Amino acid sequence: MSVFNISGSPHVHSVMTTKKIMWGVVLAMIPALLVSIYFFGINALVLTLVSVASCLFFEWIIQKYLLKGDLSTLTDGSAVITGMLLAFNVPSSLPLWLIILGALVSIGVGKMTFGGLGKNPFNPALVGRVFLFLSFPTDMAMSAWPKPTPLFGGSSVVDALTGPTTLSIIKQGGDLPSVMDMFVGNVGGSFGEISAIAIIIGGIYMLCRKIISWHIPVSFLGSAFVFALILHLINPTEYVSPIYHLLAGGMMLGAVFMATDMVTSPITHKGQIIFGCGCGILTIVFRCFGPMPEGVSFAILIMNGVTPLINKFVKTDKFGYKK
Amino acid sequence: MKTFNKGGVHPQENKLASNSKIEVFPLTKKAVVFVSQHLGAPATCLVKKGDKVKVGTKIAEASAFICANTHSPYSGTVTKVDMATDFNGFKKPAIYIDVQGDEWEEGIDTSTEIKREITLEAKDIVQRMKDCGVVGLGGAAFPTNVKYMIPEGKKAEFLIINGVECEPYLTSDNRIMVENTEEIFIGIEIMKKALGINTAMIGIENNKPEAISMMTQMSKKYKGTSVVPLKMKYPQGAEKQLINALTGREVPSGKLPIEVGCVVDNVGTALAIYYAVQKNRPLIDNVLTFTGKSIKTENQKNLLVRVGTPLQEIIDYCGGLPEDTGKLISGGPMMGKAIMDTSAPTVKTTSSILVMNNKESKRSEPSPCIRCGKCVEACPMGLEPVLLSILCSQDKWEEAEKECVMDCIECGCCLFTCPANRPLLDLIRVGKFRVGALRRARAQK
Amino acid sequence: MQLRFKVIRITMGTIIIYGVIALTIAGIILSLVLYLVAQKFKVVEDPRIDQVAEALPGANCGGCGFAGCRALAEAIVKSGNLEGKYCPVGGSPVMTQVASIMGLQASASEPMIAVVRCNGGKCNTHKKVEYDGAKDCVVANQNFAGEGGCSFGCLGLGNCARACKFDALAINEETGLPEVDEDKCVSCGACVKACPRGVIEFRKKGLKSRRVFVSCINKEKGAAAKKNCDVACIGCGKCEKVCPFGAITIENNLSYIDFNKCKLCRKCVAECPTGAILAVNFPAPKPKVETPVENKSEVSPEAKQENTTETQENTNTQN
Repeated sequence: MSVFNISGSPHVHSVMTTKKIMWGVVLAMIPALLVSIYFFGINALVLTLVSVASCLFFEWIIQKYLLKGDLSTLTDGSAVITGMLLAFNVPSSLPLWLIILGALVSIGVGKMTFGGLGKNPFNPALVGRVFLFLSFPTDMAMSAWPKPTPLFGGSSVVDALTGPTTLSIIKQGGDLPSVMDMFVGNVGGSFGEISAIAIIIGGIYMLCRKIISWHIPVSFLGSAFVFALILHLINPTEYVSPIYHLLAGGMMLGAVFMATDMVTSPITHKGQIIFGCGCGILTIVFRCFGPMPEGVSFAILIMNGVTPLINKFVKTDKFGYKK
Repeated sequence: MKTFNKGGVHPQENKLASNSKIEVFPLTKKAVVFVSQHLGAPATCLVKKGDKVKVGTKIAEASAFICANTHSPYSGTVTKVDMATDFNGFKKPAIYIDVQGDEWEEGIDTSTEIKREITLEAKDIVQRMKDCGVVGLGGAAFPTNVKYMIPEGKKAEFLIINGVECEPYLTSDNRIMVENTEEIFIGIEIMKKALGINTAMIGIENNKPEAISMMTQMSKKYKGTSVVPLKMKYPQGAEKQLINALTGREVPSGKLPIEVGCVVDNVGTALAIYYAVQKNRPLIDNVLTFTGKSIKTENQKNLLVRVGTPLQEIIDYCGGLPEDTGKLISGGPMMGKAIMDTSAPTVKTTSSILVMNNKESKRSEPSPCIRCGKCVEACPMGLEPVLLSILCSQDKWEEAEKECVMDCIECGCCLFTCPANRPLLDLIRVGKFRVGALRRARAQK
Repeated sequence: MQLRFKVIRITMGTIIIYGVIALTIAGIILSLVLYLVAQKFKVVEDPRIDQVAEALPGANCGGCGFAGCRALAEAIVKSGNLEGKYCPVGGSPVMTQVASIMGLQASASEPMIAVVRCNGGKCNTHKKVEYDGAKDCVVANQNFAGEGGCSFGCLGLGNCARACKFDALAINEETGLPEVDEDKCVSCGACVKACPRGVIEFRKKGLKSRRVFVSCINKEKGAAAKKNCDVACIGCGKCEKVCPFGAITIENNLSYIDFNKCKLCRKCVAECPTGAILAVNFPAPKPKVETPVENKSEVSPEAKQENTTETQENTNTQN
């Protein structure tokens, strides 16, 4: 008979592991990926694969030669999520070398500088995205987004057709796409964020598997909606209906996949609601009063920075301390 | 359906032995009885080498307020009074008894007939609990009579009986509720009389339908006692959580249940009180579950075992251990302790021997914390285990104290739920240990 | 063209002038504020605190029982005496210095060293169970007696090594026991506090670092102790009888050598049937010390002594 094991209680463990959480998120992003392939063609898939592969490569090389840590974090799926999210945040016309550079910044600067998984204060994919956005504005174009071209039918040359995103239409004026088109994803934009329905499906999947809790997405979208509604009621000609704000740009992707990143969001539910509200309100502020049409990335990054503060000051209600 | 309001987890139930009837375990030949089997001050040994004892002879006496008597579970000769190893490998004073026959002390009613009439007065009931060495069989082994001495200025409103058995695998409470239903109810009547109240609530989780139906049926005969089915959630059997689930009240931090007018006792304790008061029979045995996923169905047993039986004998009786056994646990998988030495004897509160195979028994390697907050969500005390574990690993005891580390009930929800397998509870236990020492040092100043 | 250039220069110049003026004014105002605040919150401090703190080693190890070197300095200056305030790191030289600053007399204190009083570890005990919990001695101590079964001995999970701020303690992977680096140990006491079982004790460092001590704290009876560990003290009392100086006492089945009385004759080392008494840093023994009893036990004191002399030689070469 083998030697008995000794350890403190508990002696059983839930089936949930970090790996399962991470791969669950990856799975939840698949619908959005499929929709983007449908609308933007094979380019979207190629960009995603290159982004994921380079994220994994940079994580491996940094972990092995710079941090000299163990390589098990490679298989936990966190780098895959970063890669996919980064790719989802760029236009499908982006040159491949840029997405590789973005992956280097995401993993190298956004994640490994701080010591790897669990230690980064900012969402690595957003760090990469904002870097690309600020450094290569022409490629991360604000006006020359590829127009969605459904895979079956229409033009075959995807990149030839460009048009403005919903948000730049809001900013600069023009004909807004229909709500239905925005809901399904038949609009211009970063290729992962176009389809609200695909992202919502992913979100519901994650909620059901208890990978995320409802607090951040709901408070994010809810506060953004309420704030945009107030602005819209004050001045309907200047500010568009809140529905557009919710469906346009990276709002859905941000609320469901990026703000909910466990590492960079608060621990307590109360804190998560504050975090979500902050993200929502800041996004609308950036969109309506800022110089750029989109503000989700910056809003989440700012709230990421505030997270340690929220964790410090927003505490749980402890049992037995009722007044 | 009621349940407590904060946190909690849902481990796999695995109540594998819930249908096997309680068997009486044969008497051992050489028994080892620990002198102290309760929480509190150690008891004083009353016997010496060569003394003859009978079943029920007092062999150790309470020496302080929070202390309990120990009685001989066997008749025979004391061979020595020496240190013995408990299942953790630590040495404790014990009485070695060479068992001869099964002769009971006079005055103990050994008949199986149910005695319904309660003749003793409240004060005598509490005294009898003390005399018979009744301790809380929920796990902590707190001397029961102390609970029934209500402090000045406090008033008991509810008697809460814990039939929750929220730990996975354990089925002993379930079995006694099914098989000794009426005795438990008489025990509850006695407890109510001792407290001078009329309301008692029995909380039972809804994964024990047989026990619920038996108990509900019986509750019609006994006025004032109600059976409350509870929604399954671990750790519902924890005192504070059970009070919260049944009454909605929260026991203030660092206080006892009596602060909110509740007295909580286990169904096993109710049965022990029945035997003590009605039959003058001290606490010398209890029901334990022998179970595990790798154990054959016919060997999954609920056994009525006398205190002081070596664990190895119980294991042998149940067909021995499978080849791939990796861990033995005394108690449930969430709060039980790993057994190191199977030659150690059972004690009053040994509620199970749980066998785990090699694969189940290994903890996975911890990975970095991803700050998911699942431990915070799961903590039934509303603490932040992740924060506490960080503070404790950095030796920041004062800060850990401010974050209420002492409120931790060590239920294990945080470690259970942690996706990164971090040893949260282990570190928090260190913190409790250190903060406790700090507080004692402060009190001395 | 020239005109435009000039205009720009004039504008630049004005900006610089205005800038300089504004900054100067701001600087003057702020420095005034700072000065006033500094005056208002000035704390008059005894200059001796600085002097004493300067004299202390500055390691902030907390070995003295205060929060750090400065806290000790404050306590010394405030109370004006040295009672109960001793810096174990600096030892007598530092305390003499401190005493001279304070105008006091330093009490002489002999150098001490941390001694691990367990020799069980992986080599001399038989592994009965495997520990799978957090690698922390306090946690392990709450859960079980120890992998070898001894509920007194070292658990080998290294709380002492982690507590040591001077890098003087490390767990030897082979034996699973902590080893004290004699050159680095400053007897600050952190390891003694860290050990949940009280395995580590301070003993007199001894002449040429030579020490004789009982490397066991098992209070069980002989047979029970021996069952778990080959080198346990079984409390047989042979050492007590052989000791010519009355330095050895047996209590609770455990022998203890009083380091103030021990004259390092090593008679007890030869007498001990289990090899629980260790003599360290002595030169290699003469062969005649061997007795048949020692050959029986797996690890004889000879082997131990050879080991220790080896380590001593190593340290010598390092020096």
